[in-house]
Amino acid sequence: MGRYVARRLLQMIPVFIGSTFIIFMMMYALPGDPIRALWGERAPDHAQMAAMREELGLNDHILKQYWDYLLGLLQGDFGTQIRSRREVTEVIGDALPATLRLTVMAFSIIVVVGIGLGLVAGLRAGRKTDTAILFVTLLLISLPVFVIGYLYQTYPGQQWGWITPVVQDSENWGDLLLPALALASLSLAYVARLTRSSIVENRRADYMRTAKAKGLTRTRAVRVHLLRNSLIPVVTFLGVNLGELMTGAIVTEGIFNIHGIGRLVYSALNEREGATVVGVVSFVIVVYLVVALIVDLLYAVLDPRIRYA
Amino acid sequence: MRGARSAKWVAGAIAVALAASACGGDDGDDGEDGASEGSGEGIVRIDGGEPQNALIPTNTNEQFGALVIQNVFSKLVDFADDGSTFTVAAESVEANEDNSLWTITLKDGWTFHDGTPVTAESYVNAWNWAANIQNEQNNAFWFADIVGYEDVHPEEEGAEPTAETMSGLAVVDDLTFTIELTTPVSYYDYKLGYDAFTPLPESFYDDPEAFGESPVGNGPYEFVSWEHEETIELARYEDYQGDNAAQNGGIQIQAYDSLETAYTDLQSGNLDIIRQVAPRDLPLYRQDLGEDRSVAQPYNGIQTITPVWYEWDATDNPAQVLQGVSMAIDRETITQTVLNGSRFPADSYLPPGVYGYQENADGTITDFNPEEAQRLVEEGGGVPDDRLVIQYNADADHQEWVEAVCNSVIEVLDIECVGDPLVDFATDLEAREAGEVQSMYRGGWFADYPLNVNFLKELYASYAHSNYGQFDSPEVDALFAEGDAAADLDATVAAYQEAEQLLFEQMPSIPLWFNAVNGGWGPNVDNVVFNSAGQPILTDVTVSE
Repeated sequence: MGRYVARRLLQMIPVFIGSTFIIFMMMYALPGDPIRALWGERAPDHAQMAAMREELGLNDHILKQYWDYLLGLLQGDFGTQIRSRREVTEVIGDALPATLRLTVMAFSIIVVVGIGLGLVAGLRAGRKTDTAILFVTLLLISLPVFVIGYLYQTYPGQQWGWITPVVQDSENWGDLLLPALALASLSLAYVARLTRSSIVENRRADYMRTAKAKGLTRTRAVRVHLLRNSLIPVVTFLGVNLGELMTGAIVTEGIFNIHGIGRLVYSALNEREGATVVGVVSFVIVVYLVVALIVDLLYAVLDPRIRYA
Repeated sequence: MRGARSAKWVAGAIAVALAASACGGDDGDDGEDGASEGSGEGIVRIDGGEPQNALIPTNTNEQFGALVIQNVFSKLVDFADDGSTFTVAAESVEANEDNSLWTITLKDGWTFHDGTPVTAESYVNAWNWAANIQNEQNNAFWFADIVGYEDVHPEEEGAEPTAETMSGLAVVDDLTFTIELTTPVSYYDYKLGYDAFTPLPESFYDDPEAFGESPVGNGPYEFVSWEHEETIELARYEDYQGDNAAQNGGIQIQAYDSLETAYTDLQSGNLDIIRQVAPRDLPLYRQDLGEDRSVAQPYNGIQTITPVWYEWDATDNPAQVLQGVSMAIDRETITQTVLNGSRFPADSYLPPGVYGYQENADGTITDFNPEEAQRLVEEGGGVPDDRLVIQYNADADHQEWVEAVCNSVIEVLDIECVGDPLVDFATDLEAREAGEVQSMYRGGWFADYPLNVNFLKELYASYAHSNYGQFDSPEVDALFAEGDAAADLDATVAAYQEAEQLLFEQMPSIPLWFNAVNGGWGPNVDNVVFNSAGQPILTDVTVSE
């Protein structure tokens, strides 16, 4: 087990280097010069542009730039932004708390409600409850996230006045409830569908009959045997989903005015802030890698037949 | 089972994290912020965003930074709605006979927010610092008219400055200094109305970087705090000596990623002033907020479509064809429908708030007139290849009006017309600079200072950098030169007005419409007035309750 984890951690290094390299090159290949853009429609000051390029190291060969960037990363230096001259670590640090809070909330909703609905539907397959849940989940899947977002914002927020429609303070959990619900809606529906089909399949499995035969109560059989075995595909989905929640919340963050990671990458891309984009993406890659490892380890918990040597 | 057990620990950790989050989720619900506001001392909440540069006046050249700078600093002169100037921090701004030496006298008794006095040196030192190439200030070029600029800001790449100060700036006494210009400029006081010409306190030079995060100015508001990407807070400066002292307790600038969100916040009472509503809300905002709590008025910006002459020279008489194209565009309908009143049809190369504006400068060239349009285009030799391509940047809301303009042109002239979207503004600019525009590009210009010179010389002089269409007219250049050499402001303006008339004969671009400010405010605030730069005058705003 320890060896397995160590091997996986070592494997992360080439993946990390490879993916940051690709992103770095892609940023470099984008049209539009960030230094030139500082002057807008005006006559650019070539002497000053040259001085800035020199200072930011943009005159070096692209591979040298990447090498310097990697060396910086090893020392925890993510570089500086071109316009504001702020440290990228600081910029990411400002955006991260909001994103983490939103992710934790949305993820909890997905896990609790999604698996809950799936379990109920699976156990009552073919009955009215199942049909009702099918209806609700299909509705959620078919609505794009911005429709859901604006719906939540308009009705509970503006019309009925239950809750502030736009996040005032991204450190406030109450304010984040609506965006978390919007963000969770789609994945929640997927999780519910996945859990349901998995449960329905496993309900007739041999081990369930054995469990019944040896006199286990229904609750215990479902909890210890059925649910545990059925969760493997769901956990895989949840792992990928966690990474998406952290970065793919651009639309939701926009609707509710949350200044998180998603918006940060989006605006950095528009402004050609290469260091910020690569920095955030590097961070996200680490998140994905770690989550993938945790998911793999969880398989062993869920299914004792899976062993890691 | 060794493996499984350690993995269980992992799962346990996740469970703990989830439980912790669930606990955290509860305490937020009762935390509704009760914004308490005392009368007269109330805080004005206005929409804004993250300033792109450090908050130094000579480094800020975009709207979010400017919103802070313009309230934390007071300029020497400012502009009235008709484009005339009046003094703010200056007692007087006077030129010598040939406009090459300007004497600035400051008002007595002014202090920076840290209590130190504002003196002539505060200005001179600040400008010398900003002009120095080593300090890499975005607005350094604003000082290029001053004698000695090339010593501190050499034009050659990689050259080191040969002086620390510009010889053209001289301190006379505590409250007086002079500016010597390389060439006479009869309207230099207009340039002095730009944000860059402000003073900096002594403390700035100790740590410019820290200053950029927490500026100390001489304006009606003092800087309080900047929570990046969230809010910037300003408070009324109690010792402010100017006439425009704040009528409210302070300003809270809230960052929004989208104007839609800001509008939602305005409607739910979490925002007091929105400076521009989103296209989505344009059709209804005046009804929603009420005519007396919303505004739609032109400000000092213009949108044009500009032909590139390297593609148009092939035609017999390009100017005549362009006049025809101009008449084929139904500005009235497009501004009302597609643009929902967010623009006002242009009848000139400069907006009405600019000094030197001539009503109907164009004659009839911007009127929609299909028959005349067809005649002019036909007589002029037709549009090159019978095909108009309008290049624009796709990262802003241009696609809809470009299509509408094209439809109007197609309907009237029966030629091909398409938009050419480039991913973003930087790419758009690169194509313009490289001379790779296919036929026309979207041009936009906002006043640096509200004088007709700014809208004409910077765009249509043959040597102007922003003349991407490569328009080259000796007659126009000559009139510009005459205006620049004129003895006083009125003569300068008159020469440029004459040049503007000539532009309508030569058509270096087709004026489409003037930008409008579509702002609104909530029931909490009163006396909200937007100036001709499209910004609310925040010092005058009063907060009720």
